[in-house]
Parts: sequence; C-alpha cells; structure tokens
Amino acid sequence: MEAIILQILDGLNKGSAYALIALGLTLIFGTLGVVNFAHGALFMIGAFCAVTISRVLSISQIVLDETRTDFLGKPLQVKVPYVDQWFGPEMGQLIVDWSVPISLLVTIPIMIIIGITMERGLIKHFYKRPHADQILVTFGLAIVLGEVIKYFYGANPVPTPAPSAFVGSLDVGVLIGLDPFTVVYPYWRLIYFGFAAIIITAVFAFLQFTTFGMVVRAGMQDRETVGLLGINIDRKFTIMFAIAACVAGVAGAMYAPINAPNYNMGMDFLVLSFVVVVVGGMGSLGGAVLSGFLLGILQSLASMTEVIDIAPGINQVIIYLVAIIVLLTRPRGLMGRRGVMED
Amino acid sequence: MTKKTPELNRRGFIKATAAGALVTGAPTIFTSKAYGYANDPGSASSVTLGFNVPQSGPYADEGADELRAYELAVEHLNGGGDGGMLNTFSSKALSGAGILGKEVKYVTGDTQTKSDAARASARSMIEKDGAVMITGGSSSGVAVAVQALCQEVGIIFMAGLTHSNDTTGKDRKANGFRHFFNSYMSGAALAPVLGNAYGKDRKAYHLTADYNWGYTTEEAVTQATEAMGWETVNTVKTPLKETDFSSYIAPVLQSDADVLVLNHYGGNMVNSLTNAVQFGLRDKMVNGKQFEIVVPLYSRLMAKGAGANVKGIYGSTNWHWSLTDEGSKAFVKSFGEKYGFPPSQAAHTCYVQTLLYADACERAGSFDPCAVVEALEGFEFDGMGNGKTLYRAEDHQCFKDVLVVKGKENPDNEFDLLEVVEVTPVDQVMYEPNHPQMGGAEATLGSCNAG
Repeated sequence: MEAIILQILDGLNKGSAYALIALGLTLIFGTLGVVNFAHGALFMIGAFCAVTISRVLSISQIVLDETRTDFLGKPLQVKVPYVDQWFGPEMGQLIVDWSVPISLLVTIPIMIIIGITMERGLIKHFYKRPHADQILVTFGLAIVLGEVIKYFYGANPVPTPAPSAFVGSLDVGVLIGLDPFTVVYPYWRLIYFGFAAIIITAVFAFLQFTTFGMVVRAGMQDRETVGLLGINIDRKFTIMFAIAACVAGVAGAMYAPINAPNYNMGMDFLVLSFVVVVVGGMGSLGGAVLSGFLLGILQSLASMTEVIDIAPGINQVIIYLVAIIVLLTRPRGLMGRRGVMED
Repeated sequence: MTKKTPELNRRGFIKATAAGALVTGAPTIFTSKAYGYANDPGSASSVTLGFNVPQSGPYADEGADELRAYELAVEHLNGGGDGGMLNTFSSKALSGAGILGKEVKYVTGDTQTKSDAARASARSMIEKDGAVMITGGSSSGVAVAVQALCQEVGIIFMAGLTHSNDTTGKDRKANGFRHFFNSYMSGAALAPVLGNAYGKDRKAYHLTADYNWGYTTEEAVTQATEAMGWETVNTVKTPLKETDFSSYIAPVLQSDADVLVLNHYGGNMVNSLTNAVQFGLRDKMVNGKQFEIVVPLYSRLMAKGAGANVKGIYGSTNWHWSLTDEGSKAFVKSFGEKYGFPPSQAAHTCYVQTLLYADACERAGSFDPCAVVEALEGFEFDGMGNGKTLYRAEDHQCFKDVLVVKGKENPDNEFDLLEVVEVTPVDQVMYEPNHPQMGGAEATLGSCNAG
C-alpha cells in the first residue's frame, strides 16, 4: 500500500512536468495550428535560465590565498561572490541559495521575448506550410538551441540545487496516519507539484475569465470568423505563443533542482509530451493536463519492482501502450471533441 | 620512319578507366597490403594516429578531455613541451623524435557514443587518412565495436575509457589493448573497503544501467560483496535513457536494503545519485544501520555534475590527479599548465595508451601491428601514474593497483572532489584469463591481423 502511495506521489510529480509542457504544446497547436517540436527546447532553455542566474549571482572576485595552494602548487585562487561583498556574507549566501526561485523573475521576461521572437521570426512563415515542414523546421530549431546551450555550458549535467530550506524529504506517511519513514517524498518535488497546479490554474483562469482568453478560445474554434469580426487574431496568437513558451520556461527553471539540467533534457521530454497531447485529445487543454498526470502515474506504477517482475520491460513501453489503447478505443483521445483538428 | 599512334578504342577506354578507378579509388587499406601490413607509412616522414572520441552527444565533455590528452601526447612524442611522462616512463625507447623517426600527426573522429558512428569514423580514419592506430573511448559498447573493426582490418586499437569486463573478456581481440581497469577490478577493490566501512552484514539493492557495462559491473560487485557476506536484496535494470530515477528509488525505501549500489555512469549516475539523496536515503536508518550509497565507477567530471551529493560516497577510479608519484605529477603539471585545470582519468588513460603504443613501435622497430602486439604482450612498465603495471599477454588487459575513492567532505577547490582512501594492490584485483566473468574458457584473443 505504502509503495503504491509513493508511486502515485511520484507519478503526480512526473505528471506535473508532462502536463506543463503538454499544456503549452496544446496552446500552440490549438491557436496557431503549428506542431512545435522545439517546445522541449523551451523547457530546456528555462532550466538553463535557472543555471545562468545561479552562475550570475555567484560571480566572484578572485582573491589569491597565499596560505593554500592549487593543484599545480601555486597560490590558491579563492572566489568571493560579489553579492557577499555587496550585501554581507549572510545575505549574499541567502541570495545565492535562493537562486532558482529568484531566477523565475528573469525567466518569465526572457521566455516571453524568446517566444515572440520565435513566432514572429520563424514560425509565422510556416503557418500555411504542411505539418511536415513545421515539424522539420521546429525540430531543426530544437537541435540548434541544444547545440548552442552545449557550446556554452558543456555536455555534462550542471548541478543547480534547490534552496537549502527545501533539501530533504517530508514524511508524508505520518501525515496520513502511516508508520514513520514508510512514505517520504522530497520537499522540492512536492513544491514542483504545487507550482504546476498554480500555473495550470492560472492559464485556465486566464483563458476562461478574461476577454483576451475569450477571444483566443473563439479563435481556436473558428479563426476565420473571429478575424471577420475585426479582431487581430494573429497578434493574440503571438501572445499565446509567448505564454506557452513562458509556461515551458518556468516549468524548466523549477525542474532544474530535480534533475541537473543538460542540453538534451528538452528532447527527453518532447516525445513523451506529444504522446500526452495525443492521449489527452488534440487541442484539448483539459485533456493535456489530465493525460499528463495519468501517464505520469502509470509510468511510476509500471516502474514498481512487482510490476517489472510480472512484465519485464513494461516500464519502458507503458506510455506508448496506453497511447495505442486510447487511440484504438477513443481515436480523438480522452477529451478530444469531434471536429477539432480534423479538417 | 613513321610512328604509329595507338588509337583509343571503346574497349581500351573501358579497361583504362577500370584500371584507373582501381588504383585511385581503392582505399589505402587494400593498396597498403603491398607493403606487408595495413597503412604501413613506408618512407613517409610522418605517421598518423586516429583519435576516435565522443565530440558530440552526452559524453562530449569527457571526449574533449581525452582529445586534450592525445594532443599533449603527440606534442611530447614530437619533442614539444616539457616531455610529461616521457621523463618518468620506465622504458626509455622514446626520445621525443616522433615514432621511429617519423613525426606524429593525428586525425580525429566523432564517435557520438554510438557504435555505428564510431565504426564509421574509425573506418574513415583508417581508409582515408591511413591511421596506423585507433584509440579512444568513453563507452564500452563503442570500444567493443571499434575493437572488432580494427581486428578485421588489421589495425591496432588502444582502448580509451572502457570499464566493461567484455572489452578484454569475452570480446577480447588480438589487435586490441586496454590500459583502463574493469568491472571485476572495481568489485574486487571496493568490497573489502566497503566491508571495513559498513560491516559485513549488509543488504544491497542494485540499480543497473540496462546495457553491457551495467551488467558486468553489477555482476562484479554482487559477487565480490556476497563473497564477504553481504546479501543482494534486489537488482533492477534501469533504461539507459532514463533521466528521472525517482520511481526506481522509491521502492528502495520500501525494501529491506541498507545499501544502494548505483551501477550507473555519466548522466545516469548524476541523476540517480541526486534523486537518491533527494529522497533522504542517506539520512535513513535501516536494520539499525545508517543507509549507504555506493557508486562503483567514479569519474571526477561526472562527480562535478552531482555536486555536493557525492560527499562521503565510495567508488573506484583508474587514476586521480591528486596522486603524488612522479609520473602523475609530471602529467598533471604538463596538462595543467597547458589547459589550466587537472586532467580526468579518461585523459590519463588516453595519454598513457598513446605513449605505450609509440613505445611498443620503437621497441619493435616497426609499425607492423603483429610486431606491436608482440612488443606489448607481457610488457611490464612503471612511471605512468599507476605504479608497476603489466600488459598481460593472455587478454591484453593492464594489471595495476586500483584506487578506491570517496567523495570529499570539505573540498579545497572545484577539482578537489574525490579523495583516495585506499590504493588496492594489484594482487588483490588479479584474476585468471579464463575467469567466468571474463567469458570463461571460450574467450580467446584469436590471432593478430596485420591487414
């Protein structure tokens, strides 16, 4: 029982990342009709925004310590962060320690700028081209972005720790009346789940309760009619692309402490996220979120030793197996509606 | 007197074209046989070595460090720099005048850490560039594949970083040589240290990368630890492409295990170790004992990715820059002054392999692969950073002391991540050439191929 609770918690955590990426993918596909294979790269760039801010906050003055030597026997170069000098050692350490949450303040504007630049500079030229062209150009862009990041940050993962206040695990088992240490889960992963829930709610509220959101929803249903009403739907859709990029970016930034970011992390999530979108139903935002969490939980449960013993290798194929079953029984996905994305 | 001009007819033209195509189009690998062995440099003033390393993909940083070491080795072989380990190497056949009086040049290939790509780049360097030797690595799958290719075409393969038993075990080849240590040696060196540190009544849970190297490491560590009394509670294979190991770590909490062994390397190791620490495994008490984590194969470059999570965690390594023998000091000085940071174990093994190959050619008086094989087989040397070392004739594996290391609690600088806790003597990691973990009695080198 405890093992299942633990895997469900883990599934919710995995699902949070899937749902956030799939939500952005669906927004872009639903509004612009573009299959964006560079969406995983936006997640990766978000993570590297956290890495960059962490490094920027740690920029140091080099002081030679004559009492100690480096690996060549020369006086050791000690790095003293400028923030320590400007704000005092305690405050300086606190700022460096909280670099990941702080990085969100920078990630949001950067991702909006990247989103708008990407849409206006490249994607808009492919609206009327076949989906195959869109896939090729966005996939190419994803490779280029990955290589650029690798050029500056190397191929190895870059550790980006969470604030020390959130290092360690919460004994969830005790909270629900189980024995101590039976169900423990890392603080930062729980925070990530909460963060994802807030972002998802905010996006839904924005689309549901604002005039802008209403226009976008109308545009998703019938772009032509909205245009005929004199509304500049293209501009609205550019903003939606920027919002989708922003969602992927902040999802990546907050993910950095969970797994040390590397240049390829976007690709790791990309295919899974497309499966999530297809299972949820093309163009359905609710479907993307639902299937994100569902597939995350199934993937975690399939990794249980008891399950692998019965069906070896199931952990590697479960998501695709579910996708096949869903597509065979509900070809439009879990929440796909008739007539959406079918013309 | 009139001279009859031969007319070019269709038949003659076709014959001439075919002959021309044969001569100019045939890869050097075929024409070279005229000299007796593949890619014989003959009377050329230079000789070309082929450095086949991952320049893209997940091990690109390790590949870059290997390439730095190769460039340094070439510089030293040609008499440049401070000579590095040429000054400490027990064999004095190398004088800094290239190899057999020929200037050493090199070409590089990108393995991408994919067997197919690695074979293609090695083949290109052999056939188009006339490389007399191929060296490089960072993956055992790649090493085994490239070694087999070199055997087929009659070129010497000096393996870089490859740790799987199979490279000099069941897949050993007469034309292939490995300086790096292997999974068996890691298990044999680690087990006694773990026994002393954590006791002999422990229950281990293994997470293993689902490929060749993972299997041999798991087998080596389970056998070595079980022999001293540990129980193996479970062994779980994890997909090589996995990035989030949380769902594999979670069951460890539910198990009765009090030690987690991570048979992971590279990004897998960074992520699984980070995840294990996040889940509070190191703060956990099980069976009245502190829960512990072990990483059988450490790499400083990878340890850097795991940050503070490596502190206090045991593992093994082939070499470490902090060693104080004359060979290591000379290499660290040369490398550090040229590049500004200390070399990795991958860089060390690649540098040493290049020098060992060059030295073997000098002693053999030839680049003939079979003469080089003869010179390397049973060769004993010192001064290369690992103490006295033997290139065993039966399997072409180097036998030397093995380092057991631990993540350093209070590093002095960004490179000071691991501390050597024990230098395990070579006798303790020695095994028979037909050991079951090494392919048993069926494993043979075959005969050397000169192309």
